[in-house]
Amino acid sequence: MASAALATAPAAATARGAAPLLAVRNLEAWYGESHVLHGMSFDVAPGEVVTLLGRNGAGKTTTLRSLIGIIGKRRGSVTFEGRETITMPSRSIARLGLGYVPEERGIFASLSVFENLTLPPQIKPGGFTIEQIYELFPNLKERAGSQGTKLSGGEQQMLAIGRILRTGAKLLLLDEPTEGLAPVIVQQIGRTIQRLKQDGFTIVLVEQNFRFAQTVADRHYVVEQGRVIDMIPNPELEANIEKLHGYLGV
Amino acid sequence: MFTIFGIPSAALFGQLLLGLINGSFYAMLSLGLAVIFGLLNIINFAHGAQYMMGAFVAWMLLNYAGIGYWWALLLAPILVGLFGILLDRNFIKPMNDNNTKRSFVMVITSVLAMVVITYLGVNPSLGFAISVGIGVVAATLWDRFGPTFVALGDQHVDHLYGLLLTFGMALIIQGVFRNQYGVSGLPYGIPPQLSGGQNLGFMFLPNYRGWVVAASMFVCLVTWFVIEKTKLGAYLRAATENPTLVQAFGVNVPLLITLTYGFGVGLAALAGVLAAPIYSVNPNMGADLIIVVFAVVVIGGMGSILGSVITGFALGLVEGLTKVFYPEASATVIFVVMVLVLLVKPAGLFGRAQ
Repeated sequence: MASAALATAPAAATARGAAPLLAVRNLEAWYGESHVLHGMSFDVAPGEVVTLLGRNGAGKTTTLRSLIGIIGKRRGSVTFEGRETITMPSRSIARLGLGYVPEERGIFASLSVFENLTLPPQIKPGGFTIEQIYELFPNLKERAGSQGTKLSGGEQQMLAIGRILRTGAKLLLLDEPTEGLAPVIVQQIGRTIQRLKQDGFTIVLVEQNFRFAQTVADRHYVVEQGRVIDMIPNPELEANIEKLHGYLGV
Repeated sequence: MFTIFGIPSAALFGQLLLGLINGSFYAMLSLGLAVIFGLLNIINFAHGAQYMMGAFVAWMLLNYAGIGYWWALLLAPILVGLFGILLDRNFIKPMNDNNTKRSFVMVITSVLAMVVITYLGVNPSLGFAISVGIGVVAATLWDRFGPTFVALGDQHVDHLYGLLLTFGMALIIQGVFRNQYGVSGLPYGIPPQLSGGQNLGFMFLPNYRGWVVAASMFVCLVTWFVIEKTKLGAYLRAATENPTLVQAFGVNVPLLITLTYGFGVGLAALAGVLAAPIYSVNPNMGADLIIVVFAVVVIGGMGSILGSVITGFALGLVEGLTKVFYPEASATVIFVVMVLVLLVKPAGLFGRAQ
């Protein structure tokens, strides 16, 4: 079967001696009665930036929601630093060191920018300080007293990323951080992701825009109908551009 | 003695003070309701019964254990708050999680225990308490060793279910107390430190009433401060908006919700202790008050903290003034205001439109 052959592909890709930080095997997930993920398998090595590419409705966002445990029903295996998380409630998964930035950004309207920034509890030592976050996103400092949702879309995205940097999480799950943002802001987000990679963060990035993904990622997983159907290392992306166009239907 | 609009000043200020006292209770009770509604999305119809329980626990502490007013002020809210936590864990949370098996275990075990205890001829109220205790133990064991259940926490069921559930709870609680203590009311004395009063020149202020107003304002202010200005309050506000995401940051939201329910119930019980020396301790004292308090909550705006406090005090004063100028309308004036507010601002004076 094709899925069996693919399940071994990620292991080969990360076979550089490092054990994967995150290993996903035959992950299935449901929204109520509707079966969305049909056996996702992929690996993420420590320090890597990996994207999940795919069309709308392929299951990319659902995959991130399953990793952090905020979906009704999951099955299969998700291990983080070797620990099985599939039966854990999301608060325990987060405490292992995962930081989640949802697609809708999840800025709280009843909290100020500063309160939003300091809301997620510190779960591990070694997170950014408030000053470092302000250095990365100076806009947040200027608007610290404003209501969270009064910020522009780009500033809200910076806030959503900034607040999980404080927690000490080592694996960041970013769901379409560039969606609907102006090109200059997209560039700033791109530089931020590169900077975070240099700082040793591991990042799983969901993207529709593979031109943006190309600028930040090490590897790309192509997702279709709730499965990983291909893996393309970033240096080989240009060579596989026709195939990728076919997958994404662009 | 002077007159204002033809009304003797003592009568006017006397009624205003009464209004302020009633307003104190409206404010504290509607504050608890607002806190509970915000985080649990539950219209806590048992709030009146829990207020009554506060007064009764104070009375019981005094008559069975010799513990006086000041300790009751601390102990009654804690005890009734713990009772609220049991209520949440066994009924409200399973209902919100769509995991009602635990409640079934609790109810069926309690009923079976009640049948046995009745057969043994134990006092019905004591038997009821014992069988509920057995039910709680059975439900906890079932929860611990039964099939595991992972709840999402963001799928709110219709408000109507919570309302019916807590309404039923209120009827049961009131029934138990009525069965044991009757409806004639029990006396609870004013603590000696607060007896007597002050002559303010234009009116006479009983010390205890002044204390009730001050204590209520203080409690409301502290609650407002904690919710709006502290880190804990930030968690509460965030969990009100998006519990799933707060949970995904590593916060134990179910625990936060349970403790918040306990706090809201404790607030009702505190109001009950404050009320015990003013109104007689009576199983129906909460049922009479809660209808007005719901009107206050609707006027202030469901879930608004500040709105419930301000509206509580303001409507107490409006009621007091009506008693002076048009006594016939004093029982209905709050409902007239409610109708007017709903016509003009359906979300309430301080509520955010959905």
